[in-house]
Amino acid sequence: MQQYSDTFLDNASAALADKDKAEVRDAMALFTPLVRNAAMDQFQHFEELRQHVKQVRQHSLDNLGHYLESYEQQAVRNGNQVHFATTGDELNSIVLDICQQHSARRIAKGKSMITEETGLNAFLERANLDVMETDLGEYIIQEAGETPSHIVGPALHKSAAEIRQLFLDRHDLGERELETTEDLVSEARQVLREHFLNAQVGIIGANALIAENGYSMLVTNEGNGDLCANLPPVLIICTSVDRILPRAEDATAMLRLLVRSATGQAQTCYTSFYSGPRREQDIDGPMETHIVLLDNRRSDILASDYREMLQCIRCGACLNHCPIFASVGGHAYGWVYPGPMGSVLTPLLTSLEQSQALPNACTSCGRCAEVCPADIPLPDLLRDLRHAEVEEKIAAPRWRQGLKIHAWLARQPRLYQLLTGMGIALLYLLGRKRGSFSKLPLASGWTSQRDFPSPQGRTFMQQYKAEHKHRE
Amino acid sequence: MESEALHTTAPGGGPAVYLFVTCLADLLRPSVAFNSIKLLEDAGCRVTVPLQQTCCGQPAYNTGDYKSIIPLARQVVAMLEPADYVVLPSGSCAGMICHHYPALLKDEWHERALQVAAKTFEITTFLSDIVKAKRPERPPIPLPPITYHDSCAGLRELGIKEQPRQLLQEFCDTQVSELQQSEVCCGFGGTFCAKMPEISGKMVQDKLHNAAATGAGILAGGDLGCLLNIAGRARREGVAIEVRHITELLCGDLDGPAIGEGE
Repeated sequence: MQQYSDTFLDNASAALADKDKAEVRDAMALFTPLVRNAAMDQFQHFEELRQHVKQVRQHSLDNLGHYLESYEQQAVRNGNQVHFATTGDELNSIVLDICQQHSARRIAKGKSMITEETGLNAFLERANLDVMETDLGEYIIQEAGETPSHIVGPALHKSAAEIRQLFLDRHDLGERELETTEDLVSEARQVLREHFLNAQVGIIGANALIAENGYSMLVTNEGNGDLCANLPPVLIICTSVDRILPRAEDATAMLRLLVRSATGQAQTCYTSFYSGPRREQDIDGPMETHIVLLDNRRSDILASDYREMLQCIRCGACLNHCPIFASVGGHAYGWVYPGPMGSVLTPLLTSLEQSQALPNACTSCGRCAEVCPADIPLPDLLRDLRHAEVEEKIAAPRWRQGLKIHAWLARQPRLYQLLTGMGIALLYLLGRKRGSFSKLPLASGWTSQRDFPSPQGRTFMQQYKAEHKHRE
Repeated sequence: MESEALHTTAPGGGPAVYLFVTCLADLLRPSVAFNSIKLLEDAGCRVTVPLQQTCCGQPAYNTGDYKSIIPLARQVVAMLEPADYVVLPSGSCAGMICHHYPALLKDEWHERALQVAAKTFEITTFLSDIVKAKRPERPPIPLPPITYHDSCAGLRELGIKEQPRQLLQEFCDTQVSELQQSEVCCGFGGTFCAKMPEISGKMVQDKLHNAAATGAGILAGGDLGCLLNIAGRARREGVAIEVRHITELLCGDLDGPAIGEGE
């Protein structure tokens, strides 16, 4: 996917200026934490289960090679063909080859962030394939020519009114009202059903790969994933190597947190395990199945200080609880993965230089880490990325130099107190009457949004020392 | 000699508490430091203000300049070692010492940082949980309706939530009108507010409006960073709400101008 993270501040500014969209985001920022927290309150095992999930995820990643090998063996035994792709381009080529081998024209696609990462749709479309997204959210943004704004709810940035207008414009179905959400859903279903039946290849993602039996697990609320997987004669599952888990019970343990964290449901409407192609006694299912496993720098992350990021189970809770994501929306981040997890992943999967604003889009408020079902220390990883920006001199020089000087000065108490004493005395003199400054040199970032409160008087250190001398 | 700490001994010979006043209180709101001394002395502590203190180093640390902070962190650890307890009128600075210094420093300094961390407390936690401070012999301080801003570092790094509310009940006989979305960041975030002012502006605007919606006359909090941010936005928007540090309320020090207000 085309990246535009380098203009994060401009993207954010444009997003903030769009009042209608801001209203949708404000509503989501209230609603999504509410449903997650209600589910967790009722569940009551969040903390113990998250420690378990974290441990399992870490164990899987520590032994990634071993489990991938056993997954591959089992999957092949089940009749699947397993492919490894080092880069996004490789994944795209593998998928296109499979499609072309089957002279496929139409592809029915389930939701997959990995294929967003590799830009698969555009790649297949350039080869004249007709790719249709079948997850409702993905379908909406595909029709609108947009990209996902959220890893779980790709079209959460769109209001019902917008979607209604989109359907009226895009579907040639004559005069109709489409008044309710139900009307919108049933129209999408009608349009999509025809596509499921005529597709030669189905492409889906996976929430987990199970090493012990070679199955892949997928959760959906619409059942579209199952239709993609079972109706077309060929199924391709695209996912990344870090989805691996040792046992089926690890996948179900993860599931108990994943779904509650994502949508506040105890479980999704559909939880599917795909073993492989149709067997003789099966009444349906694909004739041929492929699993394409993407690395795309995940091995590098595994070998780095950011390896905890690979524990992520893609629930989206950190997005839903991030006040910055709520303020600017997912598109501002300029790539596939937004919010806190995206601000860590994007620099690691693309480049720190192109995404240097993202690790700074964080107040270290810690709400993301608090709700993360994989217990990833997201604010720490973001700060470590800022550290890398300082080390690699990517961070703006005025911040780097300014704070280096401040840190140095803080180690010279006498000089620090002398200089701050003089500065504060001046500020107090100028600001005491009004109590705050609406403009201040060197603080334009602060004063563009709020006044700068004036000091209360001389510094505490000056007053305290004077008082002490007086007492003596 | 100035490099030595000044000692203020309260009657009773209680624990030796080192007060780290924090740079924001030192520079912009000395009343927070003076009121902290008073509260600690009233609770029977012997309060020491180490004179070589400046700043805990959060600005550079949060920006990712770990190298510049390591020598400062060591200096602060060494300065605080003689104390029985270290108390700070700020959740984020206390969190810096309790969590981030030990993570940053290695080997011998890691151990020393851990020992200092174990005796370091944010002031409302210290008063409420450690010395179990009671209201001095005087009637409760009458206050207008107040709301409370939980700073993120205090709330999530140190678990500060009930302590300030208990103290307000004990000292001022006042209950807090809780603001909506109370656990959402106010948009300060240290250098964040200057690096990404527009986003920060939206966040503090939301916080201020939620605070105003409670009908409270005072917004109190335990971290000056957040309070300066919210007070500055209140001044900018002309929203009439007094913004004060909790130590001022607990001492009944309400005569001077609130944060951001003129004399």
